[in-house]
Amino acid sequence: MFLEDDEKRMLDGDYGPGVQKAMELLFALGKAFDAERLIPVSRTHVALSGQEGDTYWCTLLADGGAKCKIAPTTNPAWDVNALSKRFEVTEAELDLAVRTIDAYRRIGAVLSFCCTPELESNVPVFGEHVAFSESSATPYVNSVLGARSNRESSVSALASAVTGKTPLYGLHLSENRVGQFMVLVEAEMKDPYDWGILGWYIGKFAGYRIPVIRVVNMKQRPAPEDLLYMGAEMNTSGAVPMYHIEDVTPEALMQKHLTVGKALDVELVVGDRELKDQQEELFEKIGPINLVMLGCPHYTYAQIREVERLMNGRHVKKGVDFWILTSFYTLELTTRSGEMSRLKGLGVELVADTCIDEPCWKSFEGGLGMTDSPKCAYYRKRRGQPFVVRRLHDCIEAAVEKGGR
Amino acid sequence: MANNSVIKYRCRSIVRGIASGEAVLSKEPMCFYLCDPDTGMVIEENHPLFGKSIAGKVLVLQSGKGSSVVQVDGLYQLMSKKNLPAAIIVREIEPVLVSAAVVVNVVLVDKIEKDPFEVIQDGDYVEVDANREIVTVNKKK
Repeated sequence: MFLEDDEKRMLDGDYGPGVQKAMELLFALGKAFDAERLIPVSRTHVALSGQEGDTYWCTLLADGGAKCKIAPTTNPAWDVNALSKRFEVTEAELDLAVRTIDAYRRIGAVLSFCCTPELESNVPVFGEHVAFSESSATPYVNSVLGARSNRESSVSALASAVTGKTPLYGLHLSENRVGQFMVLVEAEMKDPYDWGILGWYIGKFAGYRIPVIRVVNMKQRPAPEDLLYMGAEMNTSGAVPMYHIEDVTPEALMQKHLTVGKALDVELVVGDRELKDQQEELFEKIGPINLVMLGCPHYTYAQIREVERLMNGRHVKKGVDFWILTSFYTLELTTRSGEMSRLKGLGVELVADTCIDEPCWKSFEGGLGMTDSPKCAYYRKRRGQPFVVRRLHDCIEAAVEKGGR
Repeated sequence: MANNSVIKYRCRSIVRGIASGEAVLSKEPMCFYLCDPDTGMVIEENHPLFGKSIAGKVLVLQSGKGSSVVQVDGLYQLMSKKNLPAAIIVREIEPVLVSAAVVVNVVLVDKIEKDPFEVIQDGDYVEVDANREIVTVNKKK
């Protein structure tokens, strides 16, 4: 792989051991994927995970004197100030969270603690080369915004943040962004939940390949939340960092020209039946719940308003906690605009800077949770709490006084 | 056959360094999160290496599997208990394995000129020189 003089100096350690280590990682990746050279990235996002291995890497680079050239926004761990008082966390868990936050602060990250940076705090434009880790963000950035990112790990995205570079391979190259097979969607798509289940179904089938989705009876164009949910699930059940939707996503429009004479085979047809089977195959039967958890990925302002509308003034019943996870930015908006205090009055709590997959939520383990996100259920199940996955309307009906069918 | 017992093969270096040890072969992809950090033992049921230790060994691997978070954390936990493999020879390279190997600095090579599963067997003593891009196999007697 060709390196420019400055990149060589990074690899040789002229900028200190932290930068050197970051460049070693990109050099190894570039070599493994036969990249001819490195290219600059103009934005980065790191999926700070609060796991020892990830924190070790950030600490290693920061202790080696590295500072981010392209300051990355960061995923959430959990709001240690608000939640450690309320929930049972061990000293070791708290210590790891504090060390993680400290290491990312020292390396010069933007501590946004939000998993949807592409919606508000770190938004690339069409064609921009970026390095975004976080399984829900990468597909959105590629597919909906038309920026270019590989399916980065948090460690490779941090290496790009430190050096400002990434190897030129994969989705940075136009020829690797074309659709590889066709999915025909005949099911009626109503809200993000339907799109999420569709994403899960397609992801299992696609593996690593890029699907082109044709929605047969599109009654309304998908909202950002619909697209966000679909990508998140597709990249959880499979490893799909990019998709196209005909007449919706920008490169699908361009590719109509690119794929002339080379029509893709329809390999998957998805009707209402398939989506229903998918839901039943994957997730728990409903029963008495102790928790409703929304916001994986982080809930948007529009989604929070929808919760308030569906609550319709009713109160969450005894024995059920109701949490919505969101970004600091949306939390601030709901504080100003009044949703936050009105929802609190009904027993619905909002918290920023927090992921569903963190130790602070273990107080609810042993009971059944409910969510509108298959990704939430998947990660919580690994930690020992089963979740029912249903659309938002059903989650709310189960949580309020009259609910709990 | 005596002069066939030490054979050198060319390979491609991904993470530099020199390391050697007894070979352990895994024809299935591996997730290091499913190893016991205290012993280096593979704890993934139904895995061909289930119950075997990879600590200090030269691991000949089909590929990696699992998300970046768990793969990095898995190797990190092995490192913190000094139970990392000495080196990894991989048949099908993938990005998460590359990132994870750099983080813990374990020697990693691929593209060995012969199929590693044909020319290396469990128990052979293998030296991986990723700086000179040479794998030396000392066949088990």
